[in-house]
Amino acid sequence: MIATWDPVRARAIIDDHCGLRGALLPALHALQTEFGYIDSEAIPMLASALNLSRAEVHGVISFYHEFRRTRPGRHVIKICVAEACQARGALSVVEDLKARLGLDLGETRADGAFTLEAVYCLGNCALGPAALVDERLHGRFHPSRLPLEEAE
Amino acid sequence: MSQPITVYVPRDAAALSVGADEVAQAIVAEAAARHRPLRLVRNGSRGLLWLEPLVEVVTGAGRVAYGPVRPEQVAELFDAGFLDGADHPLGHGLTEEIFYLKHQERLTFARCGVIDPVSVEDYRAHGGFAGLERALALSAAEIVEEVTRSGLRGRGGAGFPTGVKWKTVLAAEAEEKFICCNADEGDSGAFADRMIIEGDPFLLIEGMTIAALAVGARQGYVYIRSEYPHAAATLGEAIRLAYGQDWLGEDIHGSGRAFHLEVRLGAGSYVCGEETAMLESLEGKRGIVRAKPPLPALTGLFGQPTVINNVLTLTSVPVVLARGAQYYRDFGAGRSHGTQPFQLAGNIRHGGLVELAFGVSFQDLIYRFGGGTASGRPLKAIQVGGPLGAYLPAANLDLSADYESAAEAGAMLGHGGIVVFDDTMRMDRMAHFAMEFCVKESCGKCTPCRIGSVRALALLDKITRGDGTEADFLWLEEICTVMAEASMCAMGGLAPLPVRSALKHFPEDFATGRAA
Repeated sequence: MIATWDPVRARAIIDDHCGLRGALLPALHALQTEFGYIDSEAIPMLASALNLSRAEVHGVISFYHEFRRTRPGRHVIKICVAEACQARGALSVVEDLKARLGLDLGETRADGAFTLEAVYCLGNCALGPAALVDERLHGRFHPSRLPLEEAE
Repeated sequence: MSQPITVYVPRDAAALSVGADEVAQAIVAEAAARHRPLRLVRNGSRGLLWLEPLVEVVTGAGRVAYGPVRPEQVAELFDAGFLDGADHPLGHGLTEEIFYLKHQERLTFARCGVIDPVSVEDYRAHGGFAGLERALALSAAEIVEEVTRSGLRGRGGAGFPTGVKWKTVLAAEAEEKFICCNADEGDSGAFADRMIIEGDPFLLIEGMTIAALAVGARQGYVYIRSEYPHAAATLGEAIRLAYGQDWLGEDIHGSGRAFHLEVRLGAGSYVCGEETAMLESLEGKRGIVRAKPPLPALTGLFGQPTVINNVLTLTSVPVVLARGAQYYRDFGAGRSHGTQPFQLAGNIRHGGLVELAFGVSFQDLIYRFGGGTASGRPLKAIQVGGPLGAYLPAANLDLSADYESAAEAGAMLGHGGIVVFDDTMRMDRMAHFAMEFCVKESCGKCTPCRIGSVRALALLDKITRGDGTEADFLWLEEICTVMAEASMCAMGGLAPLPVRSALKHFPEDFATGRAA
């Protein structure tokens, strides 16, 4: 379960990581694991802890596709659209998912139930289409395997 | 009561993705209900991925394979006597005798799927750490010499001689040196790094430790992509166990030599698989490509001399040390020595991992091992070496899979991933997709890649709509030339390869756009 943003907890997480060399990515991962995204308040905290400018921290967050700036849905669906999964019909799975969820790629539903994202390769290229649903990897994925009822 | 029977159910991510955990639970529950004592081992994958979850039972004759097993079939397997290796429609007989496995030449993947990946004892019992033990008795220069003589070349795609790289780092004078393992396996169709890290993580630890002894490094980092949480967790556990038994730390097995290892996660950036972008990322920065020179071997991580090798390179090193350079060198074709773990992916009936000496033909890989397309439709194209690799038509499959032959055919072997497409794929769309990928993933440092990819994509938009003119095709070709020749790294340099190869081999897919 992801926690609600808490600056005290965030400070503790940052302190845990700032002794590492090249600490920014590990700290960002730890924050996102805890809160599901990187809150704007975390940027000056990271900057001062790691002796970086806020622009540098922002630059790193925005460079990497993995880091989010807003809270994701309760269920996050990452569907692989890379070549090997395309060869197994991934693009029609994407269309099916969009229709079922009422979402475009990269969007979170207004009720906060789902986030739909495209990824490039989950390393499951012999059993495509592949999808990562709430950290669980699926092979030969079909949208009927979504946790739809559970969320509604 | 009878002796417990050992049953293997993989913990590899691909096996989990088709229900291996549920199958393992069902087997344990069923055995308890039937009062059959059972020892469950969660192994890596054998690489016969279409058979996953592949359950193996240890019998007097050897390990017997059943797959693909669904949880609801477990009771039926017990009824049939699978714990005694009895016949069943899901049965494949002795695992080692399955054609796909029997005809491979497994050096790097010899233990993958065989052992418990997080057991030092199991690793040792299967010859693990023999390479490191030999390395501990050699001088740094002797280790480098052994690796050089083996002919081992970088398995990440570029094929640079590993021994030459190590020699440069060894000769560099510095306070501190690093070993960085590139496990940012972002290429679609490639999953060998993930499989070996999940199935035999001590092999990577051993290979990196040997590299550290060879160049005088005390610290190593494994940069794993964040899309591989299972691999990162397994490696993290193996590193903890290795520290606990003195295979890592301040005093490796009483030798007085030190090596420390840490896992670092990427964050969804493809270009961080480029070695200098990876260094930037490890330093906590944006993954922007560095200009070379200076070479990372001299000015690498935190400005220090650094060995950067791919997972498959480093996991080939222990066998070179354990069995000797000549043993390794004798595998292969021409100047491509040793074996390559090929990965069969996409629309393929028997997808999985096939490790063979260089020089096998793509035809053999795809038909003898892979069994042709999964859809049963005619094969139209293969893409070799990831999203920046060339598309080859069915007529070119007799090509030998080695670095030089692939290069002569205008392709590259890359990481050994082969993606198969059937005749329903439109190659103009794949060309469009390749350039769209470059637009999304370009780090933005150099103009040919940053702007060239955007302009090429605009042309491909027009062409795939059917509105391309002759001038558009000429312009596209010119942009491709500039990108290929003037980009700073392989991202922009190779992005034209899938586009040009699709245009060359499948002009009919673009023909509708060729308005006069």
